[in-house]
Amino acid sequence: MIGRLKAFFKQFWDFGPRQNFKLGLYGPPNSGKTTLANKICLDWLGQEMGTTSAIPHETREINVKDQITIKGKTGKELMFNLVDTPGIATKIDYEDFMKAGMSAGKAKKRAREATKGVIESIKWLDQVDTVLVVLDCTEDPYSQVNVTIIGNLAARNIPVLIVANKIDLKKASLRKVQSAFPQYEVFGISAKYGKNMDEFYEKLFELAAK
Amino acid sequence: MVTLHFVPYTEIEPLSGVGRIRKLLSIAKENKIVLLQGRLRQEEETELIKTTMEEINKEFKGIELAVINPSETAKDGLQKLKYDVLGYLFGDTQGLTIIGPSSIVKKIKNDPGQIELLTSELRQSKASVTHSRSNSEVRQIKSGASKVQEAARKKRK
Repeated sequence: MIGRLKAFFKQFWDFGPRQNFKLGLYGPPNSGKTTLANKICLDWLGQEMGTTSAIPHETREINVKDQITIKGKTGKELMFNLVDTPGIATKIDYEDFMKAGMSAGKAKKRAREATKGVIESIKWLDQVDTVLVVLDCTEDPYSQVNVTIIGNLAARNIPVLIVANKIDLKKASLRKVQSAFPQYEVFGISAKYGKNMDEFYEKLFELAAK
Repeated sequence: MVTLHFVPYTEIEPLSGVGRIRKLLSIAKENKIVLLQGRLRQEEETELIKTTMEEINKEFKGIELAVINPSETAKDGLQKLKYDVLGYLFGDTQGLTIIGPSSIVKKIKNDPGQIELLTSELRQSKASVTHSRSNSEVRQIKSGASKVQEAARKKRK
């Protein structure tokens, strides 16, 4: 209802992209959310936001970086608060962390924190204004977690851009992500190597204007 | 042995959102694969993930989840319209939801017209109560009403 009212009034008072909104990074574990957050922060603040790891669920708490200002090609500025969220999963097994080389104690602690992280991510869906759904485009995009996150954002009328990350990898398939979510715009990047980042920042202006 | 538990939509229809989630999760926690006729609402699906996380412990490691929505698998606009109208008339009874405990279902591949379940058999160790995984096998469940009926027949037996 609030979303519909916002959309109604927006047609009369639309003066360009919103400012100072909460931009959430959502997606499954290990899709590169924190790598993207780090790249954005490094490009515009000169410092990284969080640590990354090949072991899933490295980010287990919500991290917010306030007042990031980016500049577009035309000189326009966009200010937002970046919200990096723990990856959403339907299962967490501490034995998987042990297989990655962790001790039983550390693995159990990580699993406990990871479950809390997923709950926090879901709670934060109420607080974000715009979302980048970060997907690993070397993985199967038809996972129910992806569908549930995107469906939930659509039900809340939250503007979404699907970021197909890791396009630098051989197995990457942007087309597969596009065919899984044909009603959404999908943009391919490599957050790790900074590929397509200039065009990505321009997309943020378009997303903020929605 | 893998047990499939069919839940007709009429069984969850009168329940509240929380009640539906509790019912489905309690079946999954009995190491059974739930085949639900129809779908949960968007917010219920998210709540299902949240509740699953709250209930994870030594024995229960989570779930694998997949939903087949006939409207999304429609081959053309006319077929999509047909399913959308049916969805409008019959609510969330269209489609199929699969919820499997992750101790049994290793992975669900939703492609999106058919669903593949990669299961692990459970073997109970004499020395401990914990389960160990062995003999992975692939089972396929194709979408469509006939498969729902098949599961219903199994339940009646």
